[in-house]
Amino acid sequence: MDRTDLLSLYRQMLLIRRFEEKSAEMYALAKIAGFLHLYIGEEAVAVGTIAALRPDDYVISAYRDHGYCLARGSDPGKVMAELFGKATGLCKGKGGSMHLVDAERFFMGGYAIVGGHLPLATGLAFASQYQSLDRVTVCFFGEGALPSGQAHEAFNLAALWKLPVIFVCENNRYGMGTPVERAVALYTDITETARSYGIAAEEVDGMDVLAVRSVMRRVVEQVRATGTPFFVEAKTYRFMGHSMADPAHGHYRTKEEVEAYRKRDPLLVLKQTMLDQNLAGEADFKQLEQEVGAVVAASIKFAEESPFPSPAELHQDVLME
Amino acid sequence: MVLSYREALNQAMREEMRRDPRVFLIGEEVAYYQGAFKVSKGFIEEFGPRRVIDTPITEAGFTGLAIGAAMAGLRPIVELMTMNFGIVALDQIVNNAAKIRYMSGGQLSVPMVIRGPGSAAHQLAAQHSQSLEAWFCHVPGLKVIVPATPRDAKGLLKSAIRDPNPVIFIEAQLLYGTKGEVPEGEYTIPIGVAEVKRPGHAVTVVAYSKMLLLALEAAEHLSREGIEIEVIDPRTLKPLDLETIVTSVKKTGRLVIVEEGWRFCGLGAQIAESVYATAFDYLDAPIVRVTGADVPMPYSRPLEDAAIPDLPRVIEAVKSLC
Repeated sequence: MDRTDLLSLYRQMLLIRRFEEKSAEMYALAKIAGFLHLYIGEEAVAVGTIAALRPDDYVISAYRDHGYCLARGSDPGKVMAELFGKATGLCKGKGGSMHLVDAERFFMGGYAIVGGHLPLATGLAFASQYQSLDRVTVCFFGEGALPSGQAHEAFNLAALWKLPVIFVCENNRYGMGTPVERAVALYTDITETARSYGIAAEEVDGMDVLAVRSVMRRVVEQVRATGTPFFVEAKTYRFMGHSMADPAHGHYRTKEEVEAYRKRDPLLVLKQTMLDQNLAGEADFKQLEQEVGAVVAASIKFAEESPFPSPAELHQDVLME
Repeated sequence: MVLSYREALNQAMREEMRRDPRVFLIGEEVAYYQGAFKVSKGFIEEFGPRRVIDTPITEAGFTGLAIGAAMAGLRPIVELMTMNFGIVALDQIVNNAAKIRYMSGGQLSVPMVIRGPGSAAHQLAAQHSQSLEAWFCHVPGLKVIVPATPRDAKGLLKSAIRDPNPVIFIEAQLLYGTKGEVPEGEYTIPIGVAEVKRPGHAVTVVAYSKMLLLALEAAEHLSREGIEIEVIDPRTLKPLDLETIVTSVKKTGRLVIVEEGWRFCGLGAQIAESVYATAFDYLDAPIVRVTGADVPMPYSRPLEDAAIPDLPRVIEAVKSLC
């Protein structure tokens, strides 16, 4: 194991964690409005998966999307400015938290109709196949999307036409407040859903960034080589509420359950690995905290100081001239 | 040359697929069956299964797939076997195709055509006889085209395929067999330009798709009685060429709008509002609408006839203004 490599993964997860915490603060100060869904607890899935990709592979996701965008390398200032609704945001303030897009980094967007972006992912993969490119598409979604009809249509088309798409199902155990046991018939092994369509599938510990990256490297290589789809269930957990509208545990789960999962915090898991193997010391983590803290503070400053879009922007971008 | 509406569509797609390798056709039965209404006859033979793609019966899935492909730079033509099935894909059309450009602040675009027949045909009953153009027109980010003649169908479909935006292109089963003069060689017709199909001075009649043929038939009858109506085909409903309609209304002072769709919140309501807002002072009488009845389409022939605008009703509407 390489110290620089692991510190880099840790830094990316830490950036997402601190960015999200700061977003929550800004929400409380009414600097950010609308729906805000935090990625806290699930960082290893985005970071581990995206670390296995090429910069020109497509990434598309549901609406809990800040983590993917940051892991893809988007400028945190532009992401924060988007949450603030500022003109300098990634999408000029028109998308907001749930609809981040960074086309330059092949992050094709966050989508907020559950299940609705899975067909889009098959289309991105279809385009790669049509254009004879060896680009893969990674589609992130929650287990809450699994029972949706559009998800099943996408699985069938991906398998039927052998499309190079990787469905990454982040099973954080709750679709809003409904546990997977009450939503998905095959809840004991949701990879069966994909296998029933003839899609190869496996599960991974979504709290362990090294495990995620290791599985994804193999999966990405296979999908790139064969052009056939794959399904990965990343078992993870959301430490915060579904959105800023509900508390961290709420009525649908116990505080004890949240606390138990927090012991498997992806940041702690990687840190412990590095400490155990003498690859890093407390001073390294302290320094990363300072660096990341400065990046997040700068993103807030940038967002604060940026202008809101001018009224003339209202009618821009509806149609392409 | 004289072509059927069906052949005109076939030529438009064929020419564009020859011109641009990014263009492909996807939908139910478009390949080996040659199209449910034979619009893609001969395509699988010429372009092969890579570009002429039969799908399972999964409109949300393949429409969404086409949107994703368009985001990645391809130029899909989605054939919906009928526009009624577009309802199943409405989440994709409304929430994705129409909004992706705006939500992304202009970073992404969705250049695609979604086409197929709308409106009633031969007693197909409630779920297969709908005129849904008003639904699509309501959504910012979509263009909506409703050609009535083979010439317009070909020229506008070619423009739609080249357009960088999502375009809803609504045909009609009862138009596929109709014939008309189509120019030889390459031509396109710009999106958003209406055409005066018959000049007159007594009353302006706006009608589109199948209803245009009805309006032209009414014009013949009325002419024999000495009433010369001006018939305007908007051809594109969104963006609407209001100027051509208003220019005519300024001349005639009277307007009848004929549409097959349901009356409440129908296209005619929007056209009337736009005309009232810009040319109220030129109107000598309130605008009259001839519309479909606000009922699910019945199967029984006399009931179906009663639900769709017909010649006597169009003539009566014109005469009520004379």
